[in-house]
Formats: sequence, C-alpha cells, structure tokens
Amino acid sequence: MDIIAFLIPAAIGMGLIGVAAFFWSVRSGQYDDLKGAAHRILIDDE
Amino acid sequence: MALTLASDQGCPSGLAPPDTEFAGGDPAAFVRLTTGGEETLELMAPGAKCAGCIRKIEGALKAVPGVTEARLNLSTQRLRVTWKAHSVRAAEVVRLLNGLGYRVQAFDPEAAEREVDETGRKLLRYIAVVGFAAMNIMMFSWPIWFGQDMGDGTRTAFHWVSALIAIPASLYAAQPFFASAYAALKARRANMDVPISLAVVLTLSMSVAETLQQGEHAYFDGITMLLLFLLTGRYLDHQLRQRARTAARDLLAMQAVTATRLAPDGSLSAVSARDIAVGDRLLLAAGDRAPVDGVVEEGQSETDCSMLTGETLPVRAQAGTEIRAGVINLTQKLVVRATARAADSSVAQLARLIEAGEQNRARFVRLADRAAALYVPVVHSLAALTFFAWLFGPIVLRAFGVEVGEVGFRQALMNAVAVLIITCPCALGLAVPAVQVVATGRLFKRGVLVKSGDALERLAEVDTIVFDKTGTLTLGKPRLITAAAQAELQAAASLARASRHPLSRALVEAAGPGVVTADAREVPGEGVEGTTNGRRARLGRRAFAAPDAPDANDGLLELWFTVEGAAPMRLAFDDALRADAADVVRRLLNLGYGVELLSGDRAASVVRAAAGAGIAHWRAGVSPAEKTARLNQLREAGHRTLMVGDGLNDAGALASAHASASPGTAIEASQAAADIVFQGAALAPLVEALAVAKQARQRALENLRFSALYNIIAAPTAAAGLLTPLIAALAMSGSSLIVTLNALRLQGWRPRWTS
Repeated sequence: MDIIAFLIPAAIGMGLIGVAAFFWSVRSGQYDDLKGAAHRILIDDE
Repeated sequence: MALTLASDQGCPSGLAPPDTEFAGGDPAAFVRLTTGGEETLELMAPGAKCAGCIRKIEGALKAVPGVTEARLNLSTQRLRVTWKAHSVRAAEVVRLLNGLGYRVQAFDPEAAEREVDETGRKLLRYIAVVGFAAMNIMMFSWPIWFGQDMGDGTRTAFHWVSALIAIPASLYAAQPFFASAYAALKARRANMDVPISLAVVLTLSMSVAETLQQGEHAYFDGITMLLLFLLTGRYLDHQLRQRARTAARDLLAMQAVTATRLAPDGSLSAVSARDIAVGDRLLLAAGDRAPVDGVVEEGQSETDCSMLTGETLPVRAQAGTEIRAGVINLTQKLVVRATARAADSSVAQLARLIEAGEQNRARFVRLADRAAALYVPVVHSLAALTFFAWLFGPIVLRAFGVEVGEVGFRQALMNAVAVLIITCPCALGLAVPAVQVVATGRLFKRGVLVKSGDALERLAEVDTIVFDKTGTLTLGKPRLITAAAQAELQAAASLARASRHPLSRALVEAAGPGVVTADAREVPGEGVEGTTNGRRARLGRRAFAAPDAPDANDGLLELWFTVEGAAPMRLAFDDALRADAADVVRRLLNLGYGVELLSGDRAASVVRAAAGAGIAHWRAGVSPAEKTARLNQLREAGHRTLMVGDGLNDAGALASAHASASPGTAIEASQAAADIVFQGAALAPLVEALAVAKQARQRALENLRFSALYNIIAAPTAAAGLLTPLIAALAMSGSSLIVTLNALRLQGWRPRWTS
C-alpha cells in the first residue's frame, strides 16, 4: 500500500492542473460568449 | 460583390428577416477613443443569429481598410468594431451593415460600458475549486465507507488528506456566504447565509477534532458537496439577474437619443442627449423625439404628446411653442432652442414620483427570505436543544434512577453539529433560483423580459390589472374608422400619398396601393392641395379643407376632404386597439382578475377603447399624480395591482404598483420603472407571463415544502445521533436533485388555453 503515498499526491496534482486550466479559461473570457463559440467552429478559415 | 445582392440579405440561415431600414441618427457621437489611439464603436445587431452571420458581418468589416478588429458576441448580439483613428467614418460602418441586411444600432457609450461580469467569473472559480475538492475527497470517502478491512491508521490518514483539501477549498469558496452572513448579522437580521456559514465553520472544526482523535465520522465530503450545490444555485441566480440586466440595458441603449445640433455657422453635428447645453439650437426633423425641453424658434409643425399626456390628438407647434422632452415632431422640421439639459428636463421631474413608488415596493420580502426567517430560528434552537439534551440528559435520567452510559461533551457537540449539517439549506438554496431561471428563460423566448426573480414573485400575487390606453391597449397609431366609398377613398389617398403626416399615412394604409397626385402641394400644418380626376381638391384640417363644415366635436382625429363642386367629406380616425386586446381582457376576466383602464386621454376616445376591449371600469383625463393615487387607493383596498403602461405619464404609476409591465416601445423611464418588458404587437405574452409566474410560484412552494419535509425527517435522525457521513452525502445530493428536476418541469408546462 506504499504506492498510495505516491498516487494520492499525483492524483491531487493532476486535479490542481485541471483547476488551474479552468481558472485560465475563465480569465481569458472563454465563458463570455458560449453561443458564439458553438457557432464559430462551423466557420471555415480561408 | 455577392454579399450585397438582395437575395443574400440578412441571416443566411433565415433565422431572422433582413432589415435594411436605416435606423437612428449619425452614430459618430458613440465612437470612443481607445488608449491605443484607435476608435471603437459598439453596436447592437439583433438580426445576427448564426455562424453565417458572424462570418458575413466580421468578414465584411475586416475587409474595410483601417478596421483592425470586428468581433460579434452571439450571446449578447453586440458587435464591437475598432479601427485606426480617422480611417473610417462610423456612418460608413452602419451603412455597410445595413446593406448586408442587418439593422444595427449604436450604443450610448455610457450604457455600453463594457463591464466584464466579475461576479459571475468569481462564482465560476468558486465552483471549480469546490467541485475539484468534492470529487477528490469522494475518492477517499468511498474506501472509508465501503472498505472491508481498513485500519484506524489508514482511515485517519485518509481523513487528514481530505482535511488538507477541504479546509482551504471550503474557506475559499464559502466567501460569498460568509460575506453575506456578516452583512446580515451587522444589520441585525438573519438570512439563509447565517446557518450556511455556521455549518461550514462548525463542520470543518468538528471534523478536524474528530480526525485528531482518530474518530470515525468526518464530514469533509459532505461540506464540500454542500458548497458545490449552494454555489450552483447562487450562480444560476446570478446568471438570471445578469441576463435580465444586460437585456434591459440594451433596450434602453437602443433608444439612446441623438440630436442634431445647429452651429451658428449653419453646420450640423450629431450630439448625444447628455451633451446638450441650455441655449443650443437643435434641428428636429419629422419623426424625431425631442431630447430635452425647449422652445420652437423656427418652423411650423404638429407634435405628438401622447407619451407625456396620453392625449392622441396632435398639438400644433410654431415659433414660441414650448416643447417638452419626449414629444415627437410629426410633419415638418423644427428648430428648437434647448431650455434645459437632459437631466433637468421635465422627464427628470417624474423621477420623484418613481422614487416614491419604489419605496412601497422595497417592503416586499422574497419567498426565499421569508422561508429563511422561519427556518433559521427553528434549526438553531433544534441544534442547541440537541446539544443540551445529550449533555444533560443522562445526568437527569440518572437522577431518576435510570441506568444510562456516559455521554461526553464531544458526543453532544457531534450530534448538535450533525443537525446543523443535515438541515443546511442545500435544497432550500436551489429551490427558488432553479425555478426562476427556468421560468424567466421560458418567458424570454416569448419576448417577455423579466427583470428580476422577485418581479416574478410579485407578478404571481397580482389580482387586479390596470391598463393605460395609448400605446399600451392601443398601438398608438391612428386607423381610419369612417366607412367611405372606394372611389372617394382613392381620390383622397392620392393626395395623402404626398404627405408624411400620420393621418395621411393611415388613410393610405386603408386605401391600399394607388397613384400619387402629380401636382400635390403640402401646406405645413394645414394639409395637401392638388388635382384629382381633373378637379381641384383639398385634404387636411377642417379650417383648410372645409371651412364651412360644422365641428363634429366628438374627440376623434379627423381629416376633411373636399373636391371642387362636391360636399366636403369627413374622414375620422381612431387609435387602433391591439389586435388581441379584447381577447386578452376577456381571458384575464375569465381567470378572475379585475381589469381597469386609466388614461390621460379625453373621455370620448377612452370610452371607445374601453368598449372595444371589454373593460367596464375606466377613468379618463387622469393626470400622472392621479394615476399614482388611484394605484395607492387600490393597494389600501387590499388589491395587488399589475400596472401596464408605456408613457412618461405612467412611470410613477408603474413604480407604485405591486408589479408593472411595459411594452418594448415604451419610453425609457417607463421601461426602467417596469418589472417586465414585453416585445411585439400582441398583448398575449402578458397573460402567459402571469400564468408562468403563478406556476413558478407553485413550483417554488412545492420545492420549499419538499425541503421542509426532508428536514422534518432528517433533523430527528441527526439529533438522535444516527447520522453518518454517507447518509448526509446521499440526503444532500438527493434532495438537491429532486428540487432541480421539479423546477425543470416548468419548461414543458402548457397553460390550459393553449394546446
């Protein structure tokens, strides 16, 4: 069971990375126009 | 370029009709200089609905030399265009978009203040942190609950790891509850956040104490989950308010008044209403609304004062006539000298009436707060009772000779805190916002904007509906009511087609398509003269077209039509009722509402409107102050009123009614004072709003009752010391789920009269 001494911090670490990524996405305004984002994916870049 | 073809106009998906009508004045007044030496214009593009619209609009704008950025936000339908200073003119941008089939409106720079929704973002961050914590702690709780042969040491280690995650996360994410509870306690009140904060602090400390003593029951999982649910409710509530606030502001911003200022050298410039100084000379074209109080200097025209007084008859204006802000110039252009700034104009005087009315409304207590007022003392005394019962109970029992085991301070405290945890208003916090979000979302799709959750609650309590006439029950637009032979009608219309007067337009509308008299000449403020079927004819005021005809004196709007050698003909007009007005009134009466009509217009036309709509109780010639007084009188008689009005003269009444509604065409002050704003030509959305509000109240009450029932079962379990962290977690998530699902039922609900 010694392995959990490594697994627990690893799991929490990964979770924290997720939280940090979410914070970044909120700050960069990705939640400001959810409808537009859904439609923009349909636009081809020329 | 393909984009400008008529067949390719507007939304490519056909989700909104193209609208190429040039709207509003010169948007130059709305351009702002950014710090980077660029100019920015914020526009509202209500026709933009899909990806094709984004590409069309952004693509066309970016192709304009000098434009550096064009970004359309599809959720708010706002378009922001930035260009290098002096490289593009704002009017070109608007004309380009109009050419593409999108009607755009410049924003008042003040109203468009681009505020990032900081509170919403903060709540999202809280939810993320506490959600992360709840999920990770659940990883440790699961083996603790179901592990077959876990040793005390492992369990305590798991508890410590949970504590390490839960304590910082909870203290971070519970900030909005702490802040609100502190504010409430400082004001010597108790709200729902007081028991929440107390539960958070007590649960955390008790769980840490438990872990220190290698105990079995730690509630780190429960408390993070609780916060996750509560924050979700808080976020829903916030989204609702935010959306309503933005939509309300957009409506007002779209009405932003620009004026045309006449410089001494004769040049014209566009100014926003706020920037008009006393003494400025303003050009008021036909169809323009006066932005400030003023005096006519040049020109002769007729004006529509219905927004101010409810009076539908046009009023003549010539040099020396005083014009009040809100009056619409009808026929000929006028030069007006401003006598007051926008903030001091007669509009602003009505603000006092509105303020007084709003004080009445401030006494309204929201449903959730009423529940909290009942709930907080009960739960807290129950927790205290549990504590003392467990602490002193055994001592008392032993005094009576009953053999009971030793119960320590720790056990007593544990059980008391368990009561606080299990009764923590998790479902209660979601009960009302979840319902209101679903209800307002549903109404929003029908074109009804509900400004706040408590507006919905007040709407549900209404028993009497008071209508204003002009612009509310009616469309505020004249319609021909004289039955005339088609030949005569066409002859009159051929003259009328040469004029922009509203009565002429109404006549043309009634006559249908036809020819324009070639030699028609309009005499300002009098009428039109010309040759029809080879004979001279006049159409206009009685004094102009038929000076010998008797005055009918029935209060109707009228045009006289005289052909050389024939008797003069009178064409009477009336302000047309909204098409579904009678139907709506009948439905309201059937539903048991009292319906009244209060109008500032003269009795003759009010009687006609009341008869047409089927309203038995009406009052005519009512001043704004009398309207407010009548509403106060109704309140004192025990009625809860819904005031529906659009004019400036209604603003005070709107504010003093229990709930209030305005059509989307209403003047700013009325929309600001109203709880709900409905769009479109129909009154029916109003009936739906009332029905949905009632249904929403029903659902909210069901949810509250369910929460109470849940507490009645759960609290004794906790007080008896039978609560385990597993039960707490299950009960909390289960009750929140039920409450949310119950709220969602409103989405598919159909009122009885539709099928």
